[in-house]
Amino acid sequence: MLSQILIAGFGGQGVLFAGKFIAYKGLYENKEVSWLPSYGPEMRGGTANCSVILSDAPVGSPIVSNPDILLVMNLPSLDKYENATVKGAKIIVDSTLIERKVVRDDVDAFYIPATRMANDAGIPTLANMIMVGKMIRETNAISFDDMENVLKKVVSAKHADLLEANLKALQTGYQYEG
Amino acid sequence: MADKVLMKGNEAIAEAAIKAGCRHYFGYPITPQTEIAAYMAKRMPKIGGTFLQAESEIAAINMVYGVAGAGFRVMTSSSSPGVSLKQEGISYIAGADLPALIVNVQRGGPGLGGIQPSQSDYFQATKGGGHGDYHLIVLAPASVQEMADLTIKAFDLSDKYRVPAMLLADGTMGQMMEPVALPDVDVAEIEKPWAVRGTKNARKHNIVNSLYLKPDELEKTNFERYERYRQIEENEVMYESFMMEDAEYCVVAFGIAARISKNAVLAARNQGIKVGLIRPITLWPFPTEVIAKAADQVKGFVSVELSMGQMIEDVRLASSCKKPVLLCNRTGGMIPTPEEVLAKISELADNT
Repeated sequence: MLSQILIAGFGGQGVLFAGKFIAYKGLYENKEVSWLPSYGPEMRGGTANCSVILSDAPVGSPIVSNPDILLVMNLPSLDKYENATVKGAKIIVDSTLIERKVVRDDVDAFYIPATRMANDAGIPTLANMIMVGKMIRETNAISFDDMENVLKKVVSAKHADLLEANLKALQTGYQYEG
Repeated sequence: MADKVLMKGNEAIAEAAIKAGCRHYFGYPITPQTEIAAYMAKRMPKIGGTFLQAESEIAAINMVYGVAGAGFRVMTSSSSPGVSLKQEGISYIAGADLPALIVNVQRGGPGLGGIQPSQSDYFQATKGGGHGDYHLIVLAPASVQEMADLTIKAFDLSDKYRVPAMLLADGTMGQMMEPVALPDVDVAEIEKPWAVRGTKNARKHNIVNSLYLKPDELEKTNFERYERYRQIEENEVMYESFMMEDAEYCVVAFGIAARISKNAVLAARNQGIKVGLIRPITLWPFPTEVIAKAADQVKGFVSVELSMGQMIEDVRLASSCKKPVLLCNRTGGMIPTPEEVLAKISELADNT
């Protein structure tokens, strides 16, 4: 099994953190994993993205140019990466921030108003983890179990109070059927 | 996953250096390696070590020179433009026969260049870099695990031969996270009778110096140093050989380029092209004999590099130009795709 995941959005939306969680979950499931961020000035407010690879075999190139799973949290990212995805790819779209639909008809698109849901749930900074929850529901990349143990690895001790909120975000996304 | 953690390559270097007994770090921030300094700033004060952000790269390397002269494990890190600034100090350290670790997490050049990954400091790292007759021991990691393991190895080799070592990584290796197991290191207590640590009036004082005004003396120190280089070339070459057993074509690549090339090699194998990969882990000493042997086996080579083609010269030299060597490269912070490497392998296969 090989999952090539690309997560993209604005800097500050937690794109890198979401990728780190997925990578840690992969590690927890005894997969080979790699995580590669964009690290340019875009981290400070422009577009940010990160490549996550989960594999049964050692990871070669850590760069995801043609994702089979794409999570997009702003329009420029969908514009940029829609055509890069492979045939049959799964694209998770934050429909609060992206009004247009996916144009390609050879991929599976899933729309979730993650940013609005995060605001409604009182966890406005965690739309990223709602997206991850939805991704787990719609793909076979990782499974929805032991979330708390994995979250403990990525949420720093300083922010331990955010563990519950992250868990809630993951569940909110995982349960969303739309 | 008991003992494996996800770490950035830069952080793995820093933690491995501490495990290897390095208690002195001097540096100046520059993307894409600043996490090394940040990690050291956090950890060193807690373990009785020194973290010092110098006023410049030149100051930092000269602080390294001082601590190395006192016989303690010491390092600095930077990225391409910063490593250029350090070259005078590196030459002095090499001339004074001192062990030290210099990390270069390369970015695109020349000049200030950019901040994206590159391998275009290969010449600078492997052919000397500063002035005078000298080499560095140059190690090229291709995973976060190797960022840690080769950092420890670099300290050991540097102490053993009294030759400064360089870890030559790139922005991708520095920024990416992979699972890494940090080994507990048994830091070998290496006698350093040459170190300048005070004589307690019990012996004649040591001198650490790179100035020899009598040419016959300077020549003698260079001859002696090159004898140690010969031993390093004989004993310390490291490389990885991947699918070379039956290979008719050979890709040569290091660091991130080797990771990408592995994808291409597997894809080419699926198309029935018998290709393998030789990945130099020590760039100096270069795996010359391995390439020479491969030249008798394969029909041609592809050198894959994030530069305008620098290592390709060593591949041609090592293979005595017996077989064609094609270049597959991107530069300036761009990274070749596995498809580009595959296309070059196919081109080689079609024409040989």
